[in-house]
Amino acid sequence: MACISPDGKPTESGVKMLRALNSGLGFPEEIAKDTGLPLFKARSGLRELTQAGLASQKDDKYGITNKGTELIE
Amino acid sequence: MEEVKGQVISLPRLGEPAPAFEAVTTHGVLKLEDFKGSWLILFSHPADFTPVCTTEFIAFAEIHPDLQKRGVELVGLSVDSVSSHIAWVRNVEEKTGVKIPFPVIADLSKEVSLAYGMIHPGQSATATVRCVFIIDDKQIIRTILYYPLTTGRNMDEILRIIDALQTTDANAVATPANWRPGDMVVVPPPNTQEMAEERVKQGYECVDWYLCKKKL
Repeated sequence: MACISPDGKPTESGVKMLRALNSGLGFPEEIAKDTGLPLFKARSGLRELTQAGLASQKDDKYGITNKGTELIE
Repeated sequence: MEEVKGQVISLPRLGEPAPAFEAVTTHGVLKLEDFKGSWLILFSHPADFTPVCTTEFIAFAEIHPDLQKRGVELVGLSVDSVSSHIAWVRNVEEKTGVKIPFPVIADLSKEVSLAYGMIHPGQSATATVRCVFIIDDKQIIRTILYYPLTTGRNMDEILRIIDALQTTDANAVATPANWRPGDMVVVPPPNTQEMAEERVKQGYECVDWYLCKKKL
């Protein structure tokens, strides 16, 4: 996984995306712009964060979960 | 149609949607739909740690900034494992100083290779040949290039094709042989006699009514 290490912790790009989500950004385009990651990496990274329970998705918009918030605090 | 081990595979064609994929890459699991809104060059190489492929990866890395300026992402593919890809791109960086900035698909199952017709048994029954698929921002296949195992690709031509396709889309024109950005473009041929008569009066540079060029 690109955003989650095998030990379950987010990678550098995963942390960047979680911080962007925590700041209130929610769409992949916004996350890509804020983190400097290519849009395709933002999309795939958000998918991974969601599968790991660190982010949630409703329609096209993502949010951070309590588990995700705990990891970046 | 190509037959591989008894399976009949329908090859992708120009103007058709690119076959969807979900694949393990050096940048995590990627889907074709992750690239929606960007142009994409999906290219295959025969094997990691081989000489011609190494020169090509360095050359693709060198044009990566030019592709980014044009809104184009790049994805490589071979039937090697992701560990092999990681070891190879790290070795390329260590030995040449060139960082490979794009993802590389580890297509061990050959699922993507077969969907895109990248394995040509006459060249190799197991390795992918040197294919280039240029896919536009709507995920339609716009160009397919095949190179044999022994011939490295020409990056200038790949950039030229991108420039030509994007110029065509933006201006509803065609591009003549050996066209380069800044050269005159071809005005689409008229469809009616009336349009043909009008065409020659429109101030284009015309050889005749069916071959007119203009500056953009």
